[in-house]
Amino acid sequence: MKEELTDKIVENVLQGRRNQEDEGIEEDYAGEPGVAELVQQALDEGVETNTILLDGLSKGMELVGQKYESGEYFIPDMLTAAEAVEAGMKVMEPYLGGEGESDGKGKIVMATVEKDLHDIGKNLVCIMLKGAGFNVVDLGIDVPAARIVEAVEEEGAGLVGLSALLNTTMTNMEDVVKELEQKGMRDKVKVIIGGAPTSEDFAQEIGADAYGKDAFAAIKVAEQLLQAGGK
Amino acid sequence: MVDKPYNRLSREQIELIDRTSLEILEDPGILCFHEESVSLLEKAGARVKPTREGEHQAWWVSIPSKVVKEALATVPSKITLGARNPENKVILDAEGTRIHFGSGSETNYWLEVEPETFTSKKDGHEREFPLIRRKRGNLDYLCRSAHLSEQLENLDFFIRNVNVQDEDISTDNKDVNVFFASLNNITKPVIGGIADFNQLEQVVKMAEIIVGGREELIKNPVVSFITSVIKSPLQVVGETAEKLVSIARMNLPVVISTSPQGGSTAPIDEMGMVAQVNAEALTGIVINQLANPGAPVIYGAVPVRARMDDLHDMYGVPEFCHYTMACAQMARYYKVPCYSTAGVGDARVPGMQSAVEKMYTYTAVPFAAPDLIHYAFGLLEKTMTFSPDQAVLDNHMIGMSKFLQRESGIKPEEKDRVVKMIGEVMDSPYRMYARYARKMLRKGGIFEGFPFEGDSDDQDQSLLMVNRHLKELEEREPQYLPEEICKKIFEQAPGLVSRLNPYGK
Repeated sequence: MKEELTDKIVENVLQGRRNQEDEGIEEDYAGEPGVAELVQQALDEGVETNTILLDGLSKGMELVGQKYESGEYFIPDMLTAAEAVEAGMKVMEPYLGGEGESDGKGKIVMATVEKDLHDIGKNLVCIMLKGAGFNVVDLGIDVPAARIVEAVEEEGAGLVGLSALLNTTMTNMEDVVKELEQKGMRDKVKVIIGGAPTSEDFAQEIGADAYGKDAFAAIKVAEQLLQAGGK
Repeated sequence: MVDKPYNRLSREQIELIDRTSLEILEDPGILCFHEESVSLLEKAGARVKPTREGEHQAWWVSIPSKVVKEALATVPSKITLGARNPENKVILDAEGTRIHFGSGSETNYWLEVEPETFTSKKDGHEREFPLIRRKRGNLDYLCRSAHLSEQLENLDFFIRNVNVQDEDISTDNKDVNVFFASLNNITKPVIGGIADFNQLEQVVKMAEIIVGGREELIKNPVVSFITSVIKSPLQVVGETAEKLVSIARMNLPVVISTSPQGGSTAPIDEMGMVAQVNAEALTGIVINQLANPGAPVIYGAVPVRARMDDLHDMYGVPEFCHYTMACAQMARYYKVPCYSTAGVGDARVPGMQSAVEKMYTYTAVPFAAPDLIHYAFGLLEKTMTFSPDQAVLDNHMIGMSKFLQRESGIKPEEKDRVVKMIGEVMDSPYRMYARYARKMLRKGGIFEGFPFEGDSDDQDQSLLMVNRHLKELEEREPQYLPEEICKKIFEQAPGLVSRLNPYGK
């Protein structure tokens, strides 16, 4: 029974169904329980949160990742699946860690840097990070360096993700790194950057810890940084 | 299916071309080298005046408009091109807007891409480059091109694209071998010309064996024919007219293909060219219908423009599109299915020039919604060379063209869905439409993008990637004719070379 439920969660993550109102890729899912309802059912039946997470939500996302890498799935498939995982995580929240919100794999503050209003890439990474089990604090667009660092401090985040689409605004990423240094927080916080004009070289140039060339790479890099000692 | 054909010519312009062509057919008329055609035309009301052209007997024939109009009245506007696999048959409807792409031209050369690795003298780096070898066409390449054409999802009909130059092939056995090589490797409609009139019966016999008899062949014509009955300007070729009349009497589909060159064998200006090529196509249709009223016939016009430096054909130029699109409109006006052209590269090898030239005509010509678009796969150096790699690339570009012609998605019944979708997204945290894009993606509503994109920063790898894909396609199992059918064909069609039999001798 337990296995049947987690398998159904995996199936619905692949179908990208947050809840029973969502359609799947295939036609015959209308009215069937989605990830949120299935996670609730599993919890009601006493399935451990860890089992739901590992054998259901994470397993589903891993399969989505494999399908993406083999060319069967595309970005919309990943985002839809990530949204379904996020819906499941929301249901699980009260059951995780006893009090308050769980940080999942880790807490990350995300922002598009000052003077830049573009957020497609940043949102994509946010959704994917949530789907991968991160606790994401999204500050939105056009966020000054000081506010980003303040949020990192308030939230106690070990990671910060910065996005920019313009050549003229990407230089503002460096301000965040400098601000972290000035506040003496640089050794506790890892900085990941991304966005069309940025690159590995640019990340090194401004003293960031990593560069994510796309949303998937960003998740991998975030996980690696955590393993290497991030919070 | 073209949603709304683009009418470059207004109704008045179409009628003007019609009147001009009819006037040309009456005076100066046509110069005909085929006695039976002359006799058919004369009986129908044409005025005939014998003449001599060098060593040959010929006739000046003045065709009154009444004769043309009566012939047009008997032409079927719907024609089926049969196929070994019934799912692949092509239905032509002169009043419809469905377009079909096919191959064509008997090219003398076959281009083989052979990737080779080189070391840069400058930086010492190794790089792979696609070297191109030019080979003379033969039966083996023809079989390969038919097999490849079976795999290309945007190819709807097959016209042989390689001229076979094997030592054991001569005019006496070319047609049977060429048609067998085609039919044995592809289950889509096969259309072709006949080199030797004496082999027409044998080719038809072969097709009858495949489908199970003459009556079956008329219902499911797995072979259709092309006759270049007109030598521009306005001359009816004797032997080809003989074939045209015979095919008409067999009740099998035939394309009247006329290919004048603007600037040499036809006027270069749009009106002059279209008036002449239209008169030529009408001439073939009239002879066909007089031989057998109601026989399936296709209006074929391949008007090209001359290069000004050497008078070679030019296909990848705007005038070619003007001529061709106008002809498609004329055929529609007459309610005769139309055979048209797009995708010939003037370039000698696959690359930037070929892509520019091909994409240009793939985009423009289909807007006129001709029924058949031939020469569309792999042709380079005008129609001299066939490149299978280019054909793979063309298949993708034709896919883009077909997608472009799709029906618009703007419909009243979609309004509520759109408003609901936008409302849902505006109410969601990230305001992203990815979920809805996914649905379209899975329904085939989103075009795939360029599939041969490389990842190099310092070289274009497209051709290398195309070549890899070509090799995968070529490894697919051929769909040969059943053994029993092959056996029967080899027993009854003399001149077939044994190496074409997939089941041995």
